[in-house]
Amino acid sequence: MSTAAQSPTEAATPAAATSIFRRNMRDFADNRLALVSAVVVVLFVLMALAAPLVAPHDPNATDLFRRLQPPAWMEGGSWSYPLGADALGRDILSRIIYGTRISIFIGAAVILVATTIGILAGLAAGYLRGWTDVAISRLVDILLGFPYLIFAIGLMAMMGPGLVNIILALAYKEWVIPCRVVRGETLVTRELEYVEAARALGASRGHIMLREILPNILSPVIVVSTIRMAHVIILEASLSFLGLGVQPPTASWGAMVADGRAFILESWWVSTFPGVAILLLVLAINVASQGLRDAFDPRFSE
Amino acid sequence: MTDTAASQPLLSVSGLRTVFETRAGSVFAVDGVDVNVRRGECLGVVGESGSGKSVTFSSVMGLIKPPGRIAAGEIIFDGRDLRALSPAEMRMVRGGEIAMTLQDALTALNPALTVGAQIAEMIEAHDPGLPRSEPARRRAIRTRAVEMLGLVGIPSPDERLRQYPHEFSGGMRQRIMIAIALASRPRLLIADEPTTALDVTIQAQVLELITELRTELGMSVVLITHDLGVVAEHCDRVMVMYAGQVVEEGPTAEVIADPRHPYTKGLLGSIPRIELRGQKIQPIEGQVPELIDLPPQCRFYSRCALAGADCLKPIEMRRVGPDRQARCIRTRKEVGA
Amino acid sequence: MSTADGDAPLLSVEGLSKTYVSRPGFVARMAGTPDTRVQAVSDVSLQIGRGEILGLIGESGCGKSTLGRTILRLHEPTTGRVTFDGTDVTALDPAAMKAMRRRMQIIFQDPYASLNPRRTVGDIIGLPLRLHRLATSEAELRDRVTEIVERVGLKARAVDLYPHQFSGGQRQRIGIARALVSHPEFIVCDEPVSALDVSIQAQIVQLLLDLKRDMGLTYLFISHDISVIGYMADRVAVMYLGEIVEQGPVERVLSDPRHPYTQSLMSAVPEVHPQGPHKRGRVRLTGDLPSPLNPPSGCKFHTRCPLAIDACRKVTPATEGVGPGHSAACHRLSERLSLLDPDDAPAAP
Repeated sequence: MSTAAQSPTEAATPAAATSIFRRNMRDFADNRLALVSAVVVVLFVLMALAAPLVAPHDPNATDLFRRLQPPAWMEGGSWSYPLGADALGRDILSRIIYGTRISIFIGAAVILVATTIGILAGLAAGYLRGWTDVAISRLVDILLGFPYLIFAIGLMAMMGPGLVNIILALAYKEWVIPCRVVRGETLVTRELEYVEAARALGASRGHIMLREILPNILSPVIVVSTIRMAHVIILEASLSFLGLGVQPPTASWGAMVADGRAFILESWWVSTFPGVAILLLVLAINVASQGLRDAFDPRFSE
Repeated sequence: MTDTAASQPLLSVSGLRTVFETRAGSVFAVDGVDVNVRRGECLGVVGESGSGKSVTFSSVMGLIKPPGRIAAGEIIFDGRDLRALSPAEMRMVRGGEIAMTLQDALTALNPALTVGAQIAEMIEAHDPGLPRSEPARRRAIRTRAVEMLGLVGIPSPDERLRQYPHEFSGGMRQRIMIAIALASRPRLLIADEPTTALDVTIQAQVLELITELRTELGMSVVLITHDLGVVAEHCDRVMVMYAGQVVEEGPTAEVIADPRHPYTKGLLGSIPRIELRGQKIQPIEGQVPELIDLPPQCRFYSRCALAGADCLKPIEMRRVGPDRQARCIRTRKEVGA
Repeated sequence: MSTADGDAPLLSVEGLSKTYVSRPGFVARMAGTPDTRVQAVSDVSLQIGRGEILGLIGESGCGKSTLGRTILRLHEPTTGRVTFDGTDVTALDPAAMKAMRRRMQIIFQDPYASLNPRRTVGDIIGLPLRLHRLATSEAELRDRVTEIVERVGLKARAVDLYPHQFSGGQRQRIGIARALVSHPEFIVCDEPVSALDVSIQAQIVQLLLDLKRDMGLTYLFISHDISVIGYMADRVAVMYLGEIVEQGPVERVLSDPRHPYTQSLMSAVPEVHPQGPHKRGRVRLTGDLPSPLNPPSGCKFHTRCPLAIDACRKVTPATEGVGPGHSAACHRLSERLSLLDPDDAPAAP
């Protein structure tokens, strides 16, 4: 049955086809919902970059007269503080805008560090096999045995707070995910004839891993990494919520939700708006990465 | 061997056009194909990938799915128009009166069911003569299943019924697929590249099995293959396809001895043989054309040594002898002379 | 044209074996599951003269591809020695081996899997020149790549395209260009035409023969297709379950096959002209290829051989000379039986 469907399409491959990457991107653009989500993510990133220009107030400027001021559309609200103010009278919108920086920066940094480590470890394990594989795979198994958040809390408690420490605490475990993906893909790819051809030509192991295998397994890694970025953003928010993340007064969504806990019944906006921001960004990243996965990973197409 | 021209052909396809819609445009995978399969004969269908040989018979079986569709043509099986049948009626014909085996037996068999269950399913679906009572019915099905596996030459069929497809070798799986195809006692067996995935010694066994069963069960066989040697040894008549069209048709021995289409001649000439050592073989240069937006001309034009300006128009099949046809206007003079 | 005897062979393989050991997982090992060993190639000896084509024929799983790759040390041999132009290849350190790879190349069967889909054709073909620093400048590299691209019958603009933009036959030409750009002397052709359509097969066969003549190459030509080997090769070696059962000049082996397996292989090939001179009786082998995990004792062919006697089940037959440069391993060689002769072939069991 499948042969019937394949033979004509194979003959029909247009002569002016472009690189695989461009074909994938075209498929991605065909997926409306994913495209909208990607636009939302880009808006968040732009907001983070341009925070000083976009934010109406200094995020750390307190104004005790505006303590727990409601959002603009409610009784007692004002349009100069559209989403209201927190217990110290700081503008919630401005703090959310600045909080975007923390969420996206930490998310991106953790993913960057973790993916780099994961790719190198996964390639080494999958291509070199032998004791390298055993050592890396056992380490991965052990790390997977720890609950992520508790592991991160423990590390933060040991290392103390700070931006770099948060990134390290999350990356310590996060690299396991790309590592497993890369190892699996490498195990498959290393058996392909073009890898054997490179060996036959006298290519070094480094060349084979980085130049022959890596470009062909990058798509699934990128897809997984974008999905994981949403997780990391939630984890950072959780750490901040517990007071182990970025230290006050720096605006962070998790800490903002925590700040509003005491007044959740009478002044619900203090916790709710940063919570909505987390939800929106995580949702957008997830939907966009699903679209990326559909476009880039042939196993999910159709 | 000899054709009984008086009787109607078992399967008669005329003017079949099957189209696949792709991003780049409409692909006419099969473009105006006529096929006649006579009762009891073995018809060889030869062609390279993209020639439309598999699509033609998938169309006959009603297995074309979107983005593909049958754009035109008539498919008459034993006096019935298959295209006019309801899906339910077509299901009874498919796997019942017409059975098809696929090239890749491993993917065509269900890995989760035992071989016995898969044969039983076919017997149950297509045999109205089974006993009514449940135990007798089960026993009858089992007996038939054992009989079928024995027929295709699988040793100790009783025990092997309980095994799964992956427990068999490639040759054995191909036999099992033939057994499943034959379980419904079809009148036409379409074997799509039944031996391409197999080694020569195993291939010979499977092909001889098909030929034996054909005479034993009195069915017709369509053997789709790219191997002219297989056709020469097993088929009464041969149909050569190129780029979605039939280019030559006739009794196998005559076509091989005296090919009338330059493509057939090129195909025969391009097979390296021991006897040709030291001589240059004459490959057909160039590639099969893309099947999108083909100009209305001879499809072999770009690769043909005999091509001339008069080939730049649609070429019809012409009679080139009793029971022989070829799609070439120069066929009388230069070709195969 | 040329023969193996006379001057020293370009490539000489002595007693080469390759055993794959797969160890069960930790739990299975604790439960006493032993390692599984597959002897893919066992005790193979052969020689290839300079400018010669040795055809290696056998069915899938017989170890012919493994033999080709073990000769190139793409897989490390378990025992045995490979000597190339006087150098013991099996003893080379990694640096010397890398240099040797320039002289020994391989062409693969699958034109789809053997080219990196993310690289342009120019990158793929230029790789050997980069790895061995054979071009002094980018311009020279490009010139040499373009030259070989045109030599294998592709247009120069192919260098800027990606592999998926080519058909199977064109991709096989790219694979050939990659193997030849560094001007090697010896090529393992691992079923280079098996995945191609009939009319394209002939183009590639002809190209390989032309290139061999023009560039003075030596081929180990692996195939399951006896017609291709019969057409191209000077000598032929027949392989069954990891062993070479018959070896000799093509004309001799194919006109007077002495091993029953060679005889049955030849009779099984469907021939377009059934009256061809190499076609005689029809041998029908029973049964399937035995699993290499559990090979038969004695002569490995005895489970399918119509001529098998008691000795075949117990004793491994030695390789004996049966003519000039022609040898075979069978207990019943001296009886000069032939399955292709209806008088000798026993009735099917």
